[in-house]
Amino acid sequence: MTSLPKSPSPKRLGLVIDLDTCVGCHACAVNCKEWNTAGYHAPLPDTDPYGKDVDGVWLNRVHGFETTGDTGGNNKDGRTVYFPRSCLHCEDAPCVTVCPTGASYKRTEDGIVLVEEDKCIGCKLCSWACPYGAREFDSDGGVMKKCTLCIDRIYNENLDADERQPACVNACPARARHFGDFNDPNSAVAKLTAARGGVELMPELGLKPTNRYLPPRPAATVGAMADGASLDDAPTTGGGFLGWIDRTLSR
Amino acid sequence: MTIAEDAAGADAAKDAERVDLSPEVSDEIKYTTCYMCACRCGIKVHLRDGELRYIEGNKNHPVNRGVLCAKGSAGIMQHHSPARLSQPLLRVGERGSGEFKAIEWEEALELAISWLAPIRAEDPRKLAFFTGRDQSQALTGWWASQFGTPNHAAHGGFCSVNMAAAGLYSIGGSFWEFGEPDWEHCRYFMMFGVAEDHDSNPIKTGLAKLKENGAKYVAVNPVRTGYAAIADQWLAVTPGSDGLLVLALVHELLRAGKVDLDYLARYTNAPWLVIEDPGADDDGLFARDGDGNPLCWDSTRNAAVNALEADIAPSLKDRVTLPDGRAGVPVFHLLAERYLDGQYGPDAVADQTGLSAETIRTIAAELAHAAFEEEVVLDIPWTDWAGRRQEQMIGRPVAIHAMRGISAHANGFQTCRSLHLLQMLLGSIDVPGGFRYKPPFPKPAPPGLKPAGKPGDVVPGTPLGGPPLGFPQGPEDLLVEADGGPCRIDHAFSWEAPMSAHGMMHTVIANAHRGDPYPVDTLFMYMANMAWNSSMNTTETMAMLTDKDPDSGEYKIPHIIYADAFYSETVAYADLIFPDTTYLERWDCVSMLDRPISNADGPADAIRQPVLETLRDVRPFQDVLLDLGVRLGLPGLVDDTGAARYPGGYPDYLANHERAPGVGSLAGWRGADGEDHGTGAPNPNQLDRYIENECFWYDELAPEARYFKHGNRAYLDYAVKMGFIGHGDPIVLQLYTEALQRFRLAARGVGELQPPDKHRKRIERFFDPLPIWYPPSAVDGTAAEDYPLHAISQRPAAMYHSWGSQNAWLRQIHTANRLYISEAVAKEQGIEDDGWAYLESRHGRIKAQVRIMAGVNDHTVWTWNAIGKRSGAWNLAADAPEAQKGFLLNHLIEDLLPPDSQNGGGRLANADPITGQAAWFDLRVRISKAPADAAITEPEFKTLPLPPGVRPRPTILRYGARFGEDR
Repeated sequence: MTSLPKSPSPKRLGLVIDLDTCVGCHACAVNCKEWNTAGYHAPLPDTDPYGKDVDGVWLNRVHGFETTGDTGGNNKDGRTVYFPRSCLHCEDAPCVTVCPTGASYKRTEDGIVLVEEDKCIGCKLCSWACPYGAREFDSDGGVMKKCTLCIDRIYNENLDADERQPACVNACPARARHFGDFNDPNSAVAKLTAARGGVELMPELGLKPTNRYLPPRPAATVGAMADGASLDDAPTTGGGFLGWIDRTLSR
Repeated sequence: MTIAEDAAGADAAKDAERVDLSPEVSDEIKYTTCYMCACRCGIKVHLRDGELRYIEGNKNHPVNRGVLCAKGSAGIMQHHSPARLSQPLLRVGERGSGEFKAIEWEEALELAISWLAPIRAEDPRKLAFFTGRDQSQALTGWWASQFGTPNHAAHGGFCSVNMAAAGLYSIGGSFWEFGEPDWEHCRYFMMFGVAEDHDSNPIKTGLAKLKENGAKYVAVNPVRTGYAAIADQWLAVTPGSDGLLVLALVHELLRAGKVDLDYLARYTNAPWLVIEDPGADDDGLFARDGDGNPLCWDSTRNAAVNALEADIAPSLKDRVTLPDGRAGVPVFHLLAERYLDGQYGPDAVADQTGLSAETIRTIAAELAHAAFEEEVVLDIPWTDWAGRRQEQMIGRPVAIHAMRGISAHANGFQTCRSLHLLQMLLGSIDVPGGFRYKPPFPKPAPPGLKPAGKPGDVVPGTPLGGPPLGFPQGPEDLLVEADGGPCRIDHAFSWEAPMSAHGMMHTVIANAHRGDPYPVDTLFMYMANMAWNSSMNTTETMAMLTDKDPDSGEYKIPHIIYADAFYSETVAYADLIFPDTTYLERWDCVSMLDRPISNADGPADAIRQPVLETLRDVRPFQDVLLDLGVRLGLPGLVDDTGAARYPGGYPDYLANHERAPGVGSLAGWRGADGEDHGTGAPNPNQLDRYIENECFWYDELAPEARYFKHGNRAYLDYAVKMGFIGHGDPIVLQLYTEALQRFRLAARGVGELQPPDKHRKRIERFFDPLPIWYPPSAVDGTAAEDYPLHAISQRPAAMYHSWGSQNAWLRQIHTANRLYISEAVAKEQGIEDDGWAYLESRHGRIKAQVRIMAGVNDHTVWTWNAIGKRSGAWNLAADAPEAQKGFLLNHLIEDLLPPDSQNGGGRLANADPITGQAAWFDLRVRISKAPADAAITEPEFKTLPLPPGVRPRPTILRYGARFGEDR
């Protein structure tokens, strides 16, 4: 079994995902696939890619579902939700502690959970241990793969400074994904989480996931208009048809 | 240091050894323009050893500012698709069998010439040249003109012409991709009928911006997916009724006097006087002075004056006596009279729109509040068209965007005009917070361009003398024969659809098959999947392509040439195939002459450069077209000696071709020294300058020119200088479209050019110069009691315009499509989730698997479009889910309406009667439970065999493995 770092990491890197603006376009998922299939976890294979049973390794997936009733946010009678899902980089990551070889580990410095493929024996204990379903088994390579927070981008000196972000964050057209250090109260992720009431997933499990999801904002309103508001008739000051046009206009 | 910290430090050091934090990404970076959809984002392509490592958004690009969608990110898979064609193909089996042999390019090109040259010499109309979503119409339209055929158009008649035409005839601009909301300042945004669509990344980014700013976003859409899912309010409107909703909002605003009178007087034709003289030849036209200027009533001078003058006091309300003694009434008076009528009241429209009257009233109140109580003031001084300095830019922060769900109905033109009417009444066009034009728009409403191709225009061996597409302003601009019948094979610009500004591609195969108005010899198509998802009535369209004349045994359409990069369904229906390159292998341009990529703050255009070497025996279609032009000796393509005018092929053409003196394909870095922009002499180094600038050109407008473009002196002067408009007169927005009245007068018996009797009633009814609403059934005659449900399709964000689902990554997101139905429909029919259903229209029946959802209008069923593929096409396995569980609604949609007794038994296109826009969202159906035994969608088609030269599809993809090994 593998140990977690002895003390909490000085940096706690992770993602904020905004469920208020995610339109379910899959940009993050495909850009993740594109970067990572030639990155740290190269390749992310696709089996039967043009056939009946196509399947592939994706480190980030977007699920769509409907809620009914008032679940907060915009529509009181339900909502269509798009829910991007990837590793949450838990502080008490059970996927690490179950690993028999030390392949799964949590980085001391920034808390990122990684799999070192050379040490992975493909036993899948970690994927059974992860309650979030965030691990992806590469049956072709016989090893486990997962979101690395783009470990090969975020510190990469071959990239421009503003590109040192996870691929999903750079790609997201709705700007629904944010990356940073949750231990830094001035980081965008910490501020957004505070301002928008960011939540952790399934906190009752006590795994202390790093990533946060921003719930839908309350529906925007116009002025202080109540439901059922309507316009009054125009005052007919000038009399007659269109009497309310009672001033000289100019071109 | 504590022991614990020391240990942590040691652990961190160990961690550092386990991963390379700074691997080399690429050894070469090239910029180009994405082509995975019509959005056309800038991309930064990372290459290693000449192979694709990674494609990301270009953060400097005006369209996407660094972001990239799912399609763009899957470009690697599109490029490496096993469906790529690899050499020219000649049909050897029966048409439709998919049996081909590979031939050399020289043979292929000469074979094409052997068909095309005699046509050109005898009757150029016998070439029907139609392209798809290729976005190179600036070249293809010009080529068709040089050939001399009027029978050219692209995909627009199928897709967007209702938006383009309604916009250009009303406001000189359009929603589509020609305008955008002022995302930064908007306080209230209504989006009608937009799933994933044109401008897709800017819309996503913009919606996020709106929400960040706390603006309200209302989605009007029968289906709650994608953009509609994040709306503050979702209005589940019944398909085809949007126009009625909009006119009810207009009713409410007029009732309350909540319209921007100053804006209307200053920028629109609201005060223009309409002649009221029933029975007269000019009834309903604008009263004009001796110089042709429209008149309005000056309420200070108490006289009719030139309405185009500055500093007049236009009256919007009074019926007056014109100088000639007849009655004249301001446009605003007419429209107020019409829309204040109770038939447009919220109570009257509630049932048909599927929305409550209370909801409609509240939306109107909110629009009025946002427009008039939350006005946006920018402290930017500017000068209006008449030279008057204004200290501020004051805007009504209400924006509207609309697209497919408005466009694809037979009432789409008038519905889209209703939207523009609403915008004009609110004073929210090109103002802070409103809808904004993207240059080169606005243009005069409508633009002055007229279609060429009248009977005398077509001369054997001679160019056409003008472009095949344009904007008719009256009967004299139609392309009709002496008997009033159509000149064009698609019947565009005829009395069947007078304002069909994008042509009517969707009618070409049916008309060519039935020889109406004449048979063609060669059908030449590019990137248009007409034997599958780009046709209505797909099953019969395939049959028309293979049908033979029983007497001669020849195909009814004798020759079909098709160009495509991939093994799409249509390949099997052609005789000769020109294999194209992928978007990463060729030069290309996104031209101001066609569909530019500007944003509201400035014009932009772009190029594609080859970033990968072409290893197959394929050629860029544009090069092939130029080559054919030289072989045919087309005047614009050869010099006086008959030698190629652009021997360097398409890149040579891009830099050196001039459409008019100083006007070419690309606006940036013109002139011998590259210092001119907009217009200027050709620059031989122009493409290099584009490459240096990451393959795009963008000219940001001065702050004083960014709003009120239709009436802003700085902008109008700039637009003239850039060649966008011919003169700097202000562009007057048209609430009342006089051109429609001209057609209507002809239908009433005015003038020498009158419609054949069979068309008079339709034109009288639909060509109203003020927006109207009519149910789509008024055009197609479907009985709602027999077919109680609407059926529509949407394109998913991960696939829209992505040219097929052979993409190994994207097809994992949408491998098959379901028929989505509401719980109410499911319960009524006893259909369970995952069960199977028959969907039946007047025209046919399909079988599909059901998914029940809450977020859909109760009278509507829908599916994702174009996920279904024909078995064997796209080099997918014969039993791929796309073929077995995927399906098209297209089989249910008529291309031609049933024979109409009022129409002399003739058959009209299933289209908007004004623009000819294909009405594929007007489909009415009934649903019933189907047995699940076969669990395969119907109809099923024979599996297509693979053509020669297509490489076997891999059984596993390990893309990127070799890049990983370098670590």
